[in-house]
Amino acid sequence: MKKSLSVILSLLLLLSFAACSKGETDKTTANGASDENKPAAATEIYFLNFKPEIASVYEKIAEEYKEKTGVTVKVVTAASNGYEQTLTSEIAKSSPPTIFQINGPIGYKAWADYCADLKDTALYSFLSDKSLAIRSGDSVYGIPYVVEGYGIIYNEEITDKYFALKERATSFSSMDEINSFSKLKALVEDMQSKSDELGIDGVFASTSFSSGNSWRWDTHLANVPFYYEFSENKSFDDPTLAGLGSGRIDFAYSDNFKNLFDLYINNSGTPKSLIGSKSVNDSMAEFALGKVAMVQNGNWAYKDISDVDGNTVKKEKIKMLPVYTGIEGEENQGLCIGTENYLAINSKVSEEKQKASADFLEWLFSSEEGKRYVTKELGFISPFTTFDKDERPEDPLANEILNWMEKKDIQSVPWIFTSFPSETFKQDFSSTLLQYAQGTADWDKVVSTVKKSWQNEYQA
Amino acid sequence: MRNNLKKYYPVFVLPTTASFLIAFVFPFLAGIVLSFTKFTTVTNAKWVGFENYIKAFSNEDFLNALWFTVKFTIVSVITINIIAFALALLLTRSIKGTNLFRTVFFMPNLIGGIVLGYIWLLIINGVLQFFGVTITYDASYGFWGLVILTNWQLIGYMMIIYIAGIQNIPGDLIDAAKVDGAGFWGILRHVIIPMVMPSVTICLFLTITNSFKLFDANLALTDGAPGRETSMLALDIYKTFYARTGWQGVGQAKAVVFFIILAAIALLQLAITRRREVEA
Repeated sequence: MKKSLSVILSLLLLLSFAACSKGETDKTTANGASDENKPAAATEIYFLNFKPEIASVYEKIAEEYKEKTGVTVKVVTAASNGYEQTLTSEIAKSSPPTIFQINGPIGYKAWADYCADLKDTALYSFLSDKSLAIRSGDSVYGIPYVVEGYGIIYNEEITDKYFALKERATSFSSMDEINSFSKLKALVEDMQSKSDELGIDGVFASTSFSSGNSWRWDTHLANVPFYYEFSENKSFDDPTLAGLGSGRIDFAYSDNFKNLFDLYINNSGTPKSLIGSKSVNDSMAEFALGKVAMVQNGNWAYKDISDVDGNTVKKEKIKMLPVYTGIEGEENQGLCIGTENYLAINSKVSEEKQKASADFLEWLFSSEEGKRYVTKELGFISPFTTFDKDERPEDPLANEILNWMEKKDIQSVPWIFTSFPSETFKQDFSSTLLQYAQGTADWDKVVSTVKKSWQNEYQA
Repeated sequence: MRNNLKKYYPVFVLPTTASFLIAFVFPFLAGIVLSFTKFTTVTNAKWVGFENYIKAFSNEDFLNALWFTVKFTIVSVITINIIAFALALLLTRSIKGTNLFRTVFFMPNLIGGIVLGYIWLLIINGVLQFFGVTITYDASYGFWGLVILTNWQLIGYMMIIYIAGIQNIPGDLIDAAKVDGAGFWGILRHVIIPMVMPSVTICLFLTITNSFKLFDANLALTDGAPGRETSMLALDIYKTFYARTGWQGVGQAKAVVFFIILAAIALLQLAITRRREVEA
């Protein structure tokens, strides 16, 4: 017994040594190889992907790129809402991501030490509007790779059904007439009262507030009133900079925020006391199944609509309306267009890897194969000159965005929420909104919480 | 043989020592150092002295979370231990199907906290729906939700430890008590409880530390909502670390304070209950 035990123990020991030494040799060969052929390009790059919904496409792209060039692209996808966490731990490893993503000027502030200067890269030269990039001085640190837009998505089939009703309180005959909050409100409230005839549970999909699912309100909806507030600040060139430079805010258009928010929670299929358990997926499913007529979201949500089993909404009937909140002159307001997705290259990896990473991005956004993936499978509206007018994504929401952008006299609202001071600010905002919706806080509390939180987070 | 062992013991303890150093001692020391720095990742830290600690305490979040955690720990430690002990008493009598019951009660312990959190979120919201509210409506809903969840998860494990303790009591001791005329409560108070004190020590230790450190269930069940009223210390640390640019160091400082508090409580508890252990 004792003998066999000692035999087993010594075997185990040997095994562990073997395992260790194997690791050692691997390492030395890897080092040796890179020392010997120094000028050779790096053969492996690492892309930390932000968008879980398209992770599988990136894997296909990586495969094709390896076949073409022999460079392995390691793609890791962070869980939804977990990008910062994943990036923080991955970037401290010995083989960190070579390409990662920052979410705007605030993200750049956090990762400045890791962002390489991209001003000489081909990708930057492709950028159609150079002002979109994240710059500091003469250098460029983040390049947007997708333009996105959001608004109020509606199912035209249901609104048409409403316009065909004999008895109704409004005189609109098509959605084209809806160009302000007051008209939207009249339409929505009358539609809500006729829910049964229209065969819907309510006009708006549930105002999702479960944890991690409130960004449509604390970020996207909030963008509109804050855009107008920051636009009035004439000491800055543009509203995003004004936001970044404001230590405190007035939340001057809080009543406008309340206008639309109230409309959402009061004209929905979900009672407002229950929205605390709803997720964005729930809302999109309600819309896809034809249970509701409208939902506030952006073009990235098309997959959430088309992937729902048994969805009844027709592709060509999915349309978009700007986020109207009752601000003067909003008849000329367009969709909210911008991006929160900037590519950055890790400045702390070897020169060769930085170069290989830039080459990969150049290939993806300018070669025929790469561009096909971008428009057809990733479904990006890319802000690069390498894309022709006809190389558009096929999904209806992306097309709606392009249509709105091309409309004359319509001014898109840029995404200024990239200047919101921190994630904590958004969490404070959404939790007080939820309390307001549930009736446990009044609107004054919301306004004061938002103002106070901005001030705290700005100083933090 | 013994000489050989003496000679070669460093070789034999090497794997354990190495993993202990790599996976515990080094990260722990690095964590303490990082709490005095401002950093984004562990490799670009800048020394700032006690600033992080000052920030951690000048913000009411940490103290609120501490208070919530203390309340939660007191309630759940009491309920878990009483229920687990009662179950253990029941299941050490000769009832049919004792083994089956033991297994059933133990099983929740095998499910991870995140999964449990989501399952209980569905259950609790399902029940609250009849009253037209959800768990985020009021902080006390979240509090009791967490208490129920933790009870459900930990009772089985503590029950097994108590069962082992009760089964170790020599039968003649109880028989002797019976002969002396002790009733059920008499035996319980004067024989069983003193004899299972070692189990009490270990169960209290496990429940206190587990409740105090609770994170996954907290994240999945309430995520601190409404507001941050139901975030416990671990969740607050996590949020400080990730939800605020440049506050990683403050999160680290909070984590160090958290460790000190937890270690102090655990050591104090061990010292107190150890003194009450008796030999048969």
